[in-house]
This record gives sequence, structure tokens and C-alpha cells, in this order.
Amino acid sequence: MHAAQIKTSSVESDTMPIDTTDRRIIAATQAGLPLVTRPYHAIAEQLGIEPQEVMQRMNRMCESGVIRRIGAVPNHYALGYQANGMSVWNVPDDRVSELGRKIGDLDCVSHCYHRPRHLPDWPYNVFAMVHGRDRAEVEQKVKQIAELLGDANQGHTVLYSTRILKKTGLRISA
Amino acid sequence: MDAMDRAIVNSLQGGFPVTEQPFADVATTLGLSEDDLISRIGNLLVQGTLTRFGPMYHAERLGGALTLAAMKIPPAEFDRVAEIVNSFPEVAHNYARDHAFNMWFVLATETPEEIGRVIVKIEHKTGHIVHNMPKVEEFFVGLRFEA
Repeated sequence: MHAAQIKTSSVESDTMPIDTTDRRIIAATQAGLPLVTRPYHAIAEQLGIEPQEVMQRMNRMCESGVIRRIGAVPNHYALGYQANGMSVWNVPDDRVSELGRKIGDLDCVSHCYHRPRHLPDWPYNVFAMVHGRDRAEVEQKVKQIAELLGDANQGHTVLYSTRILKKTGLRISA
Repeated sequence: MDAMDRAIVNSLQGGFPVTEQPFADVATTLGLSEDDLISRIGNLLVQGTLTRFGPMYHAERLGGALTLAAMKIPPAEFDRVAEIVNSFPEVAHNYARDHAFNMWFVLATETPEEIGRVIVKIEHKTGHIVHNMPKVEEFFVGLRFEA
């Protein structure tokens, strides 16, 4: 269902030319597509440009990865995925990429990142977000990751969310 | 949510077409009418089963920047600090978590330079250190939730 993607954020930020018209399209669609028969035409009309241009630009943004995907963004809580555990791992620095990729390949992991340690309080350098219907399911999945890492696991913990304090989409201005 | 709603949620988490009548194109594959599909998506949004329907943008590729930041806040101060942190428009998500590092938020800014500036402002206003944990490498993004 998904292929692992390996990217380095510092590289990609310089490589993607987005012009003013793209930004206007982004600003007009980031809250969602209009739920009408011809949504791209509706956006075009709103922005005063041709529908073909809106579609061409959106296709190009899909190809270049500016748009990750188009579709439904489910509220995982509403779908019964009540437990959301941020598992964090301390693995040897020289094996982070190799092990991070292996963790990311697991079906139960939604996001997996290498992040800096903040010693002495925070020894963890790999973050893997694990979702489950309850904590038992999350714990089971965390055990799977621990088994996968074996000796490379120099310590881990799971942080559960207890409250959503704020949740808004990313806002991109035109 | 009935079986058709589930099918919509499961099959439409990506790949929505960029065509003249995309809902009609998708409705055909689901065995629905275009109107029915549009109204079902509308209902799923109203019910809160979907948080959004549309393109998901890759912030860093737009020249923007994202980071994850964590704070250790004493329980007595937690709500006050949360209010200050949430008041920043650059804070996209903020979660309380059960750890000494108990407040975790995502900062999204239009330029990488702004991340540092916002962190300094949050530290100044709250009186607490912000631990910046930007991603060094991304291994995977894009879980699909099964309804």
C-alpha cells in the first residue's frame, strides 16, 4: 500500500520553484476542494484564471511532490484509532538511516524521522508514530519495533497524547 | 457510517483525479452517482470523520519550514503556557503527552529563519525552554487509516 520514501529535508527546500499563481491555488485549496461537480473550474473562477491552467499546475505540483496527495484526510480518532503513541528510540548514530528505514517500512508506523538528541534529558534520535485502536495494540506494535532493532535498541519509550491542545491545518498564504 | 462510507474513506485517501469532473470519475468506480458521492463526502466532513478533503501540501517544498518542538512544563503552569503557545499562528498542532517533556507542538513558518525567531518568542513569553527537534531525515510519511 505504501512505499518508503527517503528524503532529506534540507535538499528539497531549494529545488522547487513555486510561483505566485501556484501560491494562490494553494491558498485557495488548502482548506479543501469545493464539493461541486467541477471543483477545479470553481477554483479557476474564484482566482480568475483558466480551468486548464489550474489543472495543469495541480498536476505539476503532484508530480514534483509539492502536493503529497489529493483525497480524504480522515480523523483517526473518529475511525476508532484512539491510541496514538509517539515511540522514541535511541539507536547508534551510524545506523540511524538503515534502522529508520526498517521501522518506516512497518505497516503500523505512520511517520518515522531522525531527530536530534537533547542530552542529557532526551537521548532519543528516532521517532516513530504508532497508531492503534487502544494502548494494548500500540504496545504490541512497539514490541515489534523493539524486536526488529534487537541490540541496536539502546533505550526507548512511548509518549501517549493525553490532550489535543491545538489542531489546525498548516496555513500557507498566497 | 455505512459500508459505502467506509469504502469512500478507504479508497479516497489519495489519488483523487485532477480532471473536469473528478467526483464523477471516482463515483463510477465506487458504483455511486456523482451527487451521492459529493453529498456523502460532505456528510463525512460535517460528522468529523474526515478533517479535510483536498490536496495535502508538502510545506518544506513550498519554501516553508516545519519543526517539532517540546517543552517541559510544571503541571501548575501547564494551562497558562498552553494558552501562550497556542496563541502563535505558527503553531499548527499542540499535544499534551504523558512524559516530563509534556508539551509537543509543530511549528510551521514560511521561511526556515522564522522557526528560530518564533522559538525565541515562545521562550520569552513563557519563561521556559523550547527544545527544537527538527527532522534530520524522513523515512516515511503517509499511513492510511482503515475505516
